Amino acid sequence: MSTGAAPPIGDPSAIIIIKNLVKEFHGLRAVDDVSLTVARGKVTVIIGPSGSGKSTLLRCINHLEVPTSGDIWVDGIHLTHHAKDINAVRAEVGMVFQQFNLFPHLTVLQNVMLAQRVVRKRSEAEAREIAMQQLARVGIPEKANAYPSQLSGGQQQRVAIARALAMNPKIMLFDEPTSALDPEMIKEVLDVMLELASSGMTMVVVTHEMGFARNAADEVVFMDRGRIVEQGPPDVLFQQPREARTRAFLSQILR
Amino acid sequence: MSIGTERLPAGGRSLAGRFIERAAQWPWWLLVIALVGVLIAWNALTSELYSAIFSRLTLGIGVTIFTTLVAYSLALVIGLLAGLGRVSGNPVVFNIATLYVQVIRGVPILVQLLVIAFVIVPALIDGVNSLGALLAPLIGEPNLLTQTRPQDVPFLTRCIIALAIAYGGFQAETFRAGIQSISKGQMEAARSLGMSYVQAMRYIILPQAIRRVLPPLGNDFIAMLKDSSLVSVLGVRDITQEARLYAAASFRYMETYVSLAFFYLAMTILLSLGVRWLENRLNSHGRGQG
Repeated sequence: MSTGAAPPIGDPSAIIIIKNLVKEFHGLRAVDDVSLTVARGKVTVIIGPSGSGKSTLLRCINHLEVPTSGDIWVDGIHLTHHAKDINAVRAEVGMVFQQFNLFPHLTVLQNVMLAQRVVRKRSEAEAREIAMQQLARVGIPEKANAYPSQLSGGQQQRVAIARALAMNPKIMLFDEPTSALDPEMIKEVLDVMLELASSGMTMVVVTHEMGFARNAADEVVFMDRGRIVEQGPPDVLFQQPREARTRAFLSQILR
Repeated sequence: MSIGTERLPAGGRSLAGRFIERAAQWPWWLLVIALVGVLIAWNALTSELYSAIFSRLTLGIGVTIFTTLVAYSLALVIGLLAGLGRVSGNPVVFNIATLYVQVIRGVPILVQLLVIAFVIVPALIDGVNSLGALLAPLIGEPNLLTQTRPQDVPFLTRCIIALAIAYGGFQAETFRAGIQSISKGQMEAARSLGMSYVQAMRYIILPQAIRRVLPPLGNDFIAMLKDSSLVSVLGVRDITQEARLYAAASFRYMETYVSLAFFYLAMTILLSLGVRWLENRLNSHGRGQG
């Protein structure tokens, strides 16, 4: 572990810098010495077989998983050592989960307003206005007063995206956002994500949707057994993968 | 649909068979209690003995209800705090809360009552006295702290403290189970939005957990009402103590204790109907919110 909290000098466009990250669960290495730099405004898609550590890597970026060793800088803040700053960093890093994780006891509008009120300390009126803007952006303003259980899976996931966006995050993390959805609802969520990508949001996306990776990604990262095997622009990685493991994975998933 | 298919075989049966089937589903138990109630109430109105017993028991009903309400409210606060301690990641907090719960669950409630009333409260008074002696140079020798005596703490207060501590231990486990029944994703989503642990508990986890534990908490209230009768052991004049005094003086044990039992039964049945109503309301309300 490096002792300094200053980010390493390098690419000034970098917003997330991960150095030698290791995460162990009961002695098992889920993430094994991973280093990765994410550029501001770019879309990075992480692919790989299940159990390859891609979700764990993503969850380390906002400290939902505490790394065993290694360093992470998010927008210049050294995450690994300054536990007090974690809440502040999390407010700048939106996250969308596979299981949506909407708050079932609150209406859609309250879901999108709550963190704005208690974390950002916005006024009721301002939080409501921003919430309605974001709900309009994801295409379901008419569901503002519904409860999550009254929505379809695709609608719930779009509310979850609006909830994260309402905090005006600098980075959005997506942890398999379409994996729990029925096939006919995947597109509505991917469309929202595509719009977000074209708006210049920095995104890190763990997904099995190769179509999204091809269309939206600036960088594709292939992980296997906790390590980054190969990374590059989507047309390079999908058309001419260098590594045999990448080719084997792609041949199974693209047919 | 299902009703129609269920009725088909019944239609083939005799009228008497159907009557027996229906009759088996009636709440006969409630009818029996109601009949006994009418009988006792009739006695209370017509018999001088019963009306004397009833007016004597009524003297204690205020103490019973007061003890139950105050001890239960305190137990809710203690239980919530200890329950939060039981799910805390802080090892000191977790161990203190677990020690408390384990001790409470391993000692009979009557014994807890005796220990708190006769050991812990006097020990606390001793502590207050030594504190007064220690502060004597600052606030003068005979001060309020050194002058406090154990007998200044009435037995009613000691009983309420004891019942609250005892029930707090049980409610801690109820709250812990409720909190742990909320999926981990809820805490993660709240934290990922930048909320602190305390904010996530307050706005996300507890509102959902408390809704789930309301029925068991309602049952605890009924149990507290019954266990409040233990305060009679310390001479606190609740309805049980009034009954004991009356029975001992009049030798009318049968009439007095049957009336006493009926007092409790009437209160607990009313309360359990209330709890059931609350449960139904929550179920129909919560369905829309999954």
